[in-house]
Amino acid sequence: MTWFLEHADVVGRLAVQHAYLAGVPLLIGLVLALPLGWLAQRGGPWRPILLTGTGLLYTIPSLALFVLIPLVLGTRILDPVNVLVAMTIYTIALLVRSVADGLASVPAETAAAATAMGYGGWRRLVTVELPLAIPVIAAGLRVAAVSNVSIVSVASLIGVAQLGSLLTDGYQRFYGEVLLVGIAACVVLALLFDVVIVGVTRLLTPWARAGRGARPGSGPGSHAGSGAGSGGGPRAGGAA
Amino acid sequence: MIGQVWAWLTDPEHWSGPDGIPSRLGEHLSYSFLALLVAALVAIPLGLWIGHTGRARWLVSSTNAVRAIPSLGLLFAAALYLGPYLRGSAAFLVPGLIVLILLAMPPLLAGTYAGVEAVDPAARDAAKGMGMTGRQVLLGVEMPCALPLLLSGVRSATLQVVGTAVIAAYISLGGLGAYLSEGLNIGDYPMVAGGALLVATLALVLDLALAGLTRLVVSPGLGGTRRTVARQTSRTRRGAGTATNSVPPPSHPSTPRESRAS
Repeated sequence: MTWFLEHADVVGRLAVQHAYLAGVPLLIGLVLALPLGWLAQRGGPWRPILLTGTGLLYTIPSLALFVLIPLVLGTRILDPVNVLVAMTIYTIALLVRSVADGLASVPAETAAAATAMGYGGWRRLVTVELPLAIPVIAAGLRVAAVSNVSIVSVASLIGVAQLGSLLTDGYQRFYGEVLLVGIAACVVLALLFDVVIVGVTRLLTPWARAGRGARPGSGPGSHAGSGAGSGGGPRAGGAA
Repeated sequence: MIGQVWAWLTDPEHWSGPDGIPSRLGEHLSYSFLALLVAALVAIPLGLWIGHTGRARWLVSSTNAVRAIPSLGLLFAAALYLGPYLRGSAAFLVPGLIVLILLAMPPLLAGTYAGVEAVDPAARDAAKGMGMTGRQVLLGVEMPCALPLLLSGVRSATLQVVGTAVIAAYISLGGLGAYLSEGLNIGDYPMVAGGALLVATLALVLDLALAGLTRLVVSPGLGGTRRTVARQTSRTRRGAGTATNSVPPPSHPSTPRESRAS
């Protein structure tokens, strides 16, 4: 514990850097995966192209992807941007399928009801189908978050500072405590990401709890309009 | 830059000797295969047992939690804490292999368990009703039905192991990752990128091979893979001349084999 207590500020700085390298690609990846997943879910030729293509990207081992990106983008080899791009690619690869599955999980009656109420295609997608797909998308996001936090640590091998630096440092100096602190910090950060995603998901899907509790028979669709329609109001819904 | 990488890859000097690409590839494949084999021998029977009996499900979720531990940390910890107790070449090989085995287990266990869990209860009941014993139900019905998910577990385990074996070069396991670690050390980018291309190609080829294997061995009656479903649907449509879009219901494991032959 002594090393950790004396170097808590260093660990903190590295953790912030780690959270940045893992978290920013998570958000960018989510934003990019939404239209791609929607496209894949609509079927047609895009579905196999997108799902197989992203699946194949995910097979490339992380260290190989980190060092191959300069070849494609022309960045410097030890540039942190390579890590951000690589993590975004992994996030998209995981999330395109989640988004497609999530949109496919929306009951056909709910979508039909929205159409019958006069919702146009775009409005129906954003205010009814997408909110109802949140649980499935969030499940994919949790997997991506944990895997991102773990993979970012590999970037210490190409000299990008984050919690993984503690791993390489501890190993090279035969300093077990540094190594263990690094592992523990990575696990804690992964848990933190997970807790945040679960919390935000709960706030965004108040009908999930309402449906489970008082009215077990009512479908999730009946609450979708109110939950999403209130726009900035999911927080209020979550407090209830 | 791409020219230099190509020059490195095609240099005949890099295709022979103990540091040559064939021997590095051989190392990479043999460590990965050994780790997968050991992990499969433990995790697949365990997953079948958990799925069949419904006991000890916590084991599946707890091994999944292992994913949060960075594999780089596991590798370094294994090398740091086990290395001193081992002699000779074992000091380099054993810690890396142990980590590869550990990392292969969660996907194998989860895939096998999920596969058995997802077996249609009606198929299981039918098998029991026909007088099959527990063992016969497990091996004759549950296992073939679990095969698509089991094999997808094998696929993720393979990716995990082949990818981790790359960074295992940093604890002297050798393999294709050695080009990356050595190249980064001496600043030889063509070597780094060449090694990375080889690693990426290896991962892609293995994944496609396993995908092909899945299509070959999974019973066509299962519809567990999207492709089989799609093919069967189009076959039904063409054959029966109806325009139904419905997916055919999962049929019995004894579906005629001819539908797979094409």
